[in-house]
Amino acid sequence: MNDATDPSLEFGPYGGRYVAETLMPAVQALGEAWREAWPDEGFRAQYRRILAEYVGRPSPLTPAPRLAERIGAARVLLKREDLNHTGSHKINNCVGQVLLARRLGKTRIIAETGAGQHGVATATVCAYFGLPCVVYMGAVDVERQALNVFRMRLLGAQVVPVHAGSATLKDAINEALRDWVANVDSTHYLIGSVMGPDPYPTMVRELHRVIGEEARAQCLRLTGELPDVVVACVGGGSNAMGIFSGFLDDPGVALVGVEAAGEGLQGKHAATMSKGALGIYHGMRSLVLQDEDGQLQEAHSISAGLDYPGVGPEHAWLRHTGRARYLSVTDDEALEGLRLLSRTEGIIPALETAHAVAALRGLAQEDPSRTLLLNVSGRGDKDMHTVMARHDASGEEEQR
Amino acid sequence: MSGGDEERSRIDEVFAACRAQRRAALVGYLTALDPGREQSLARLRAAVEAGVDVLELGVPFSDPTADGPVVQGAMTRALAAGATLAGVLELAAELRAGWDGPIVLFSYANPLLRLGPAIGERLAAAGIDAVLVVDLPPEHAPELRAPVEAAGVGWVSLVAPTTPASRLPAVARSASAFVYAVALRGVTGATLEIDEELVARLDAIRAHTARPVAVGFGVREPAQAAALAPYVDGVVVGSAFIEAAEQGPAALAAKVSAIRAALTREGEAAR
Ligand SMILES: Cc1ncc(COP(=O)(O)O)c(C=O)c1O
Repeated sequence: MNDATDPSLEFGPYGGRYVAETLMPAVQALGEAWREAWPDEGFRAQYRRILAEYVGRPSPLTPAPRLAERIGAARVLLKREDLNHTGSHKINNCVGQVLLARRLGKTRIIAETGAGQHGVATATVCAYFGLPCVVYMGAVDVERQALNVFRMRLLGAQVVPVHAGSATLKDAINEALRDWVANVDSTHYLIGSVMGPDPYPTMVRELHRVIGEEARAQCLRLTGELPDVVVACVGGGSNAMGIFSGFLDDPGVALVGVEAAGEGLQGKHAATMSKGALGIYHGMRSLVLQDEDGQLQEAHSISAGLDYPGVGPEHAWLRHTGRARYLSVTDDEALEGLRLLSRTEGIIPALETAHAVAALRGLAQEDPSRTLLLNVSGRGDKDMHTVMARHDASGEEEQR
Repeated sequence: MSGGDEERSRIDEVFAACRAQRRAALVGYLTALDPGREQSLARLRAAVEAGVDVLELGVPFSDPTADGPVVQGAMTRALAAGATLAGVLELAAELRAGWDGPIVLFSYANPLLRLGPAIGERLAAAGIDAVLVVDLPPEHAPELRAPVEAAGVGWVSLVAPTTPASRLPAVARSASAFVYAVALRGVTGATLEIDEELVARLDAIRAHTARPVAVGFGVREPAQAAALAPYVDGVVVGSAFIEAAEQGPAALAAKVSAIRAALTREGEAAR
């Protein structure tokens, strides 16, 4: 309630471990195991080897000249997390956390998923290691991401639809937390973004740091200089923290996060950074979409992966300090962004990523001389259903 | 709250009276304003008249991650009927006007945060004796505990089955009202098996605190209450009361009486 910086919080006034006492020892043990494992060369080598042999890293950096021309930017570069095995950045984190869970002797993995990309990545890595896997998913998301539900089941995971509340990502997290409380001795909860109690926000960022480190080196190799602006979509904030972390110490590089404005900031949206207030939710102190009475508000976004009323505490802190800024993009603008990248570069992005694509034009207009680096967090196959429902299902649109 | 020569709190009075009667206190949980104001008030009155010693009043929250389907359902109904924290406090004050037993407010941290620095006075004015914040472990408790205790309202700390021995003293010490021993790994509404491990755990908790110890999570039947009564100062029942209340205040009163009757420690030396 006071704004004084609490030493137990990791990011200024944000972070912490706001969990029920039953989970506290597990969260502490996880933190200790993480802080021991991450500097350990053996652990790192195993993580890097799987990223190379199985995930297909490094992911390429693709110049996007036709997109740059279309939006009036000097240069646009695309970091291609969509080309990772399973089609998004999410798998970087899953590989690291499953390795850690094995180190802790856990024999069962649970996860939440919104778009299904984290669920698919978790189910995939569990299949790779032969671990049982349960994925909680809001019933609304089960519907709109049917393809990913089928993929998870094919990979041997049990997908549990959650009907409570808004039946989306936040409710899936609630249910995963309930499972974890009941099975904490055997089970690792593989959180899919830079959110939740410590160590998750730090751990998930570190496990995605590879995105930013690769992109920085690739950009220097390709252009001889750093990008001027790094852009990523923000749901919980993991792909954004991953790419941002490569550039946090480069003061000349602007960092821009793009969240979902849904039907518009006056209507239903998921723009936590723009409209949220300080709160305690899902194990962390961060910004939260809530009413005056502290009840969570239902988020809305066309993209299941951004449809979440909270945001990782480090993003709240980066905004607080001014190191990063955050824009928001509506459902319609995101659909436009999806079409734009598809038509100019032959890359169909995930609807989540499409939000960041849609923000590029405005950033180019601010200063056309800049190099914009976009994190393409995932590919759009999973969203074709949703996009078809919003457009002429034939796929033929007016040519532009 | 804990000062020996201060006026004894309602909570201390009740636990002492129960001890003198050689029984464990019945701590009864109901979600405030479920399913609406008038029915909730009728249920709460029925519960205290039928023998609930300490009333645990739940603040409805949109995302109750430590609760099972029964409490979650109650919270959803209350919120659908327009429940607010101000409404909960007003309900407590109205109940308080006709009942002198202790009221413990059970809440998630986020709704309480919205009260700001005035939280202590607001709770005290509503006749709240203590607060239990389920997602605020001792490490983070001070941010709410300090203003709450400054207003003379007590703090309830949770000890879990997973709490290691090394952590127990600090957790137990953070309780100024009583210690709430969570009986099982899981959410509210599960079913508890009482075994030697639980009994040993309850003894270990007692060894670390002079405050009363209540046990809850998964207690639904008189036989369970009877089995726990010898080892604790209080037994908490929640989901089973909400389920009974769904059948009306009379069914709730019958369930309360049945559990209450099971809490006597006949043949046991008072502890
Ligand atoms: C492709 C893709 N991008 C972005 C996100 C949003 O998550 P985050 O903000 O953690 O990167 C998701 C989540 O499901 C996703 O699937």
